[in-house]
Amino acid sequence: MTLKRTPLYEFHKQLGAKLVPFAGYEMPVQYPLGTIKEHIHTRTKVGVFDVSHMGQVAIYPKGKEALNGIIKKLEGLLPIDLENIRLGRQKYALITNEKAGIIDDIMITKKEKFIYLIVNAANKREDINYLQAQLGSKAELVEIEDRALLAIQGPEAAEITCRILPELKDMRFLDVMEVDSEFGELWVSRSGYTGEDGFEISLPSASAEAFAEQLQLSNGTEFIGLAARDSLRLEAGLCLHGNDIDESTTVIEAGLWWSVSKTRRPGNIKEGGFPGYGILVSQLNEGVQQMLVGLKPQGRVPIRSGNRIYNSAIDGEEVGRVTSGGFGPTVNGPIAMGYLSADEVGKNTVFYCEGRRARLPINIHLRRFVGTSFNK
Amino acid sequence: MKYTEDHEWVRKDGDLFVVGITEYAAEELGDVVFVDMPEEGEEFAQGDDVAVIESVKAASELISPMSGTIAEINEELDENPALVNEDPIDKGWFFKIEASDPDEYENLLSEKEYQELIS
Repeated sequence: MTLKRTPLYEFHKQLGAKLVPFAGYEMPVQYPLGTIKEHIHTRTKVGVFDVSHMGQVAIYPKGKEALNGIIKKLEGLLPIDLENIRLGRQKYALITNEKAGIIDDIMITKKEKFIYLIVNAANKREDINYLQAQLGSKAELVEIEDRALLAIQGPEAAEITCRILPELKDMRFLDVMEVDSEFGELWVSRSGYTGEDGFEISLPSASAEAFAEQLQLSNGTEFIGLAARDSLRLEAGLCLHGNDIDESTTVIEAGLWWSVSKTRRPGNIKEGGFPGYGILVSQLNEGVQQMLVGLKPQGRVPIRSGNRIYNSAIDGEEVGRVTSGGFGPTVNGPIAMGYLSADEVGKNTVFYCEGRRARLPINIHLRRFVGTSFNK
Repeated sequence: MKYTEDHEWVRKDGDLFVVGITEYAAEELGDVVFVDMPEEGEEFAQGDDVAVIESVKAASELISPMSGTIAEINEELDENPALVNEDPIDKGWFFKIEASDPDEYENLLSEKEYQELIS
């Protein structure tokens, strides 16, 4: 399979990025600054990320179907109150399966004529096929392939971005806005996946390079690669689909029940009616077998995705596994998250992770290792 | 200076041999965050796993390029593992070996052979 390139491929090369295959794309994993400095730059100033590999998807009503009909149908697939999300707001949503597992986690926005989704790059095809099959002939899913997506993140993100686009200055966390600009029609949301304030901006591919250049020329910005994007989201306790959540981990095990709209929860007017609801209710009442927790190694050796976790330094039982692990530059030490047996979480706070030589002692930690600073 | 196929360099320092990783290897690993070093006095044969380099990407084994006893380790890497990326062939050295078979040095790759390997 040939790798796809984003509209910023040449731009990344000119910046000296190291490009690697990721979800079918040739993506910048790091720039000459290096992962750790890129990470810290995003936490202290502002970082720009090319996330054009992510799926931008439009759902149009077809034939005589109205957009409201599609919204109703989508509520049968997503545990959110899509009907009552205002135009101008964005929501994080899970696509659940019959086992209460997670097909994907997405961002969703109602637009005037269609529903706009941003989905994980690796799940693009699957999401589109699944949703199309479920929604049937009255809806048409279209991957929007002529738009790039940039994320601008960090404490100075607002200042830098609003210097170029002053009309964004009043946006709050999870607001969305369409802006006619010299770069064409922009679809902007005040969001991101680093734990920092910032924007995600969808724009016509043809003007992506001009916009990227203008950002790059702004004082204090750096382009940031996928490796730092991963350590930023891990420090902020944010799940990566395919690692921390997937079709076999339930919404409750993953600690993502907060993303289920209040009106879709037990005892409310629009209770349930989405795949896996029954299982989620029984897990709410009876508890879960495993739960996703933050993990902090006591020493300085990082633990990695796939490492097994035990309840004893020697022998004992296997009680969990690491799903994401690495080095947290802001924390200045190793950090991780993973699933632990719920029984064990009640009994112990120290566990042992398989290491190269001996098992490494680790503590349960809040999933979030750093403070967040959304403009709420 | 000599090299190995595992992207290490070896340099003579009096009776000892200093070991580090090449610029190419440091670049490939990404930012190094921790080095799990052997103890001084530990013995290794050529080809043994001798240290673990933890980078932002992954953990990699450092393979002993020669047989012998660890005579000294670079303690600065404990405080500042970034030296491996910043200055891999000088300040980012890992350890010094007292070789049990100094002839092994002669059979390592020359500069030219190593450059061919990575080009």
